[in-house]
Amino acid sequence: MTVTMGKALNAALRDAMREDETVLMFGEDVGPLGGVFRVTDGLTAEFGEDRCFDTPLAEAGIVGLAVGMAMNGFRPVVEMQFDAFAYPAFEQIASHVAKMRNRTRGAVGLPMVIRVPYAGGIGGVEHHSDSSEAYYAHTPGLKVVTPATVADAYSLLREAIADPDPVVFMEPKKLYWAKDEVSLPVRTSPFGTAEVRRPGTDATLVAYGPAVPVALEAAAAAEAEGRSLEVVDLRTLVPFDDATVASSVRRTGRCVVVAEATGFASVSAEIAARVQERCFHSLWAPVLRVTGWDVPFPPPVLEKYQLPGVDRVLDTVERLQFDDAPDPRFLVAR
Amino acid sequence: MTTQAEHRMPPASPPAEAGLLPSAEPVRFLDDDGAAAPGDAHGRYERPPSELLRRAYDAMVLGRRFDAQATALTKQGRLAVYPSSRGQEAGEIGAVLALRETDWLFPTYRDSMALIARGIDPVEALTLLRGSWHCGYDPMATRTAPQCTPLATHAPHAVGVAYAARRRGEDTVALVLIGDGGTSEGDFHEALNFAAVFHAPVVFLVQNNGFAISVPLSRQTAAPSLAHKGVGYGVRSERVDGNDPLAVLAVLNDAVESARAGGGPVLVEAHTYRVEPHTNADDDGRYRDHDEVETWKRRDPIARLEAHLRAAGELTDDDVAAARSAAEEYAADVRKRLGEEATGDPAELFAHVYASPTPQLREQAAWLAEELAR
Ligand SMILES: Cc1ncc(C[n+]2csc(CCOP(=O)(O)OP(=O)(O)O)c2C)c(N)n1
Ligand SMILES: [Mg+2]
Repeated sequence: MTVTMGKALNAALRDAMREDETVLMFGEDVGPLGGVFRVTDGLTAEFGEDRCFDTPLAEAGIVGLAVGMAMNGFRPVVEMQFDAFAYPAFEQIASHVAKMRNRTRGAVGLPMVIRVPYAGGIGGVEHHSDSSEAYYAHTPGLKVVTPATVADAYSLLREAIADPDPVVFMEPKKLYWAKDEVSLPVRTSPFGTAEVRRPGTDATLVAYGPAVPVALEAAAAAEAEGRSLEVVDLRTLVPFDDATVASSVRRTGRCVVVAEATGFASVSAEIAARVQERCFHSLWAPVLRVTGWDVPFPPPVLEKYQLPGVDRVLDTVERLQFDDAPDPRFLVAR
Repeated sequence: MTTQAEHRMPPASPPAEAGLLPSAEPVRFLDDDGAAAPGDAHGRYERPPSELLRRAYDAMVLGRRFDAQATALTKQGRLAVYPSSRGQEAGEIGAVLALRETDWLFPTYRDSMALIARGIDPVEALTLLRGSWHCGYDPMATRTAPQCTPLATHAPHAVGVAYAARRRGEDTVALVLIGDGGTSEGDFHEALNFAAVFHAPVVFLVQNNGFAISVPLSRQTAAPSLAHKGVGYGVRSERVDGNDPLAVLAVLNDAVESARAGGGPVLVEAHTYRVEPHTNADDDGRYRDHDEVETWKRRDPIARLEAHLRAAGELTDDDVAAARSAAEEYAADVRKRLGEEATGDPAELFAHVYASPTPQLREQAAWLAEELAR
């Protein structure tokens, strides 16, 4: 059947709540309204106000409440309404959610999920389009997951809810309406496995979340021009699948990382570093990146210049020294 | 299942908030010397039972001795740092005695005394302050959260634990300890609000000891009292003389049992004083008068309780001697067991970050092991 990513996420929540009565859903407007993106649509009606409920409008309180409930027998799933509105909860996430198991020497685990609709591409105004994954991925103790396909949205969310550790579940909001033929319930590969979404031989595009469809489109366009690009979808940023990424790059000998977030001190920087550590002797060119510019996300008027697009990806691929010419941008004058 | 929300204009005269406001004066049973003070304003509290007061006395004597021992251990480099709660014994012990074993305690870095009163082994209780990466005790087994350092951030956890218990029909209460400085943090306010909205059985005990490191209360708030912060959230609040063990026990027992009985959260402000510097590393001469410290030392909670119990014929010289010698024995044991350098297995650094380590952590653990094997 044809399912959108939003519906798949909704189905994952519903199925998890049906299977396990300790699973709860709470946050801002997630009750009768069903969330501003309708991901929790119908859950209050089916499970009652005890299982899916609205809270006071305070993100640290929401995450803090979830910590306490996870300490005491529940598996809370909380929704942050938008990426940039999760920041009030950051202290809870960095100091408690991420560290509780460690600072109690394994005695207190926190099986909880923080859902974060993130990134741009939907014409949102200021503060509604941040790519905040690096903050979480940089914080030991969190798992960070971001689906790019409808099937993964369902399966990864089910896995996140079942996981004994806290998971920051980043939902690319421009993909909420992306459709696919999927029969639910569906299970895809587990956390820590990247997927080769399109095989290729000339270069590897490594992408995650909202950048995956861009990479796939670029690969399709490149084929027309005679370039064969492999596309790897990371799916989970933590844990990271070094093996799949490295084996792809060792085969193709070239790599471009595509990400929507700003590039400086980012997940894309981490990927580039890991690839060169593991694949140096197989590389024919430096690992390049296509990312957002290092500027605050520009709301809709200029958004299209910020988002990595197909042309920018293809331009970058052409800089991978196929004719042995180094990228002039990175030549240092002697 | 879900009813449509209703929103109406409020009635002309809102329901009286009087039931939520704290008493005008802090509740006291004893004057500064331990003699009977005029009764409390609410007339709601009774003198705690003698047996409880005797247990409190022994625990306070023990707590103070333990606290002094811990401060001494910092001088010998056996503890990395120690924030003393000397002078706050009534709150530290009162909080614990008000709770059942099945209730939860959420302490701060200052509340090591409460930890040992809860029955946690003193060496385990001091693990964090020894400089270890973990809290030292099992929070699930002791129903005691790890000592919290980021101020007030544990308050919403107490709400979550209490609400979770209530959802299962258990009668568990959570009591969270907070300092006066901590009441300025957003998490304190969010926790009060969530507790009230979800009617969670939580007791917030603010130990107002006058200072947040060097900053006096006047810089934290312009409110009439910290207990007044409850009313805006619909949380019943109370103020108590934090150096009057009878009053503290009476008020906390009432608060805990009212929360247990389904009365919702309660905020208690205990007026007390930090007679020691913030920690052993602090220089309090830079921000306060020694005279002020001396004034507060004369309101000593142990001396007041002792005077009261002796006058009531409920404490003899032998009892006092027994309490002190038990405390000495306890301190000697702590001294002995903390005599050795704290150690730790570096391999364990990787063990509890996740339920099972990620491939990257396994890799790093192997690199460290290799380095150590050289
Ligand atoms: C969020 C946060 N900010 C700053 C600090 C540093 N700090 C540690 S203790 C303290 C003072 C706290 O005062 P109070 O809440 O009154 O508790 P007390 O130490 O008096 O028991 C400060 C500022 C901290 N631990 N957490
Ligand atoms: Mg203080």
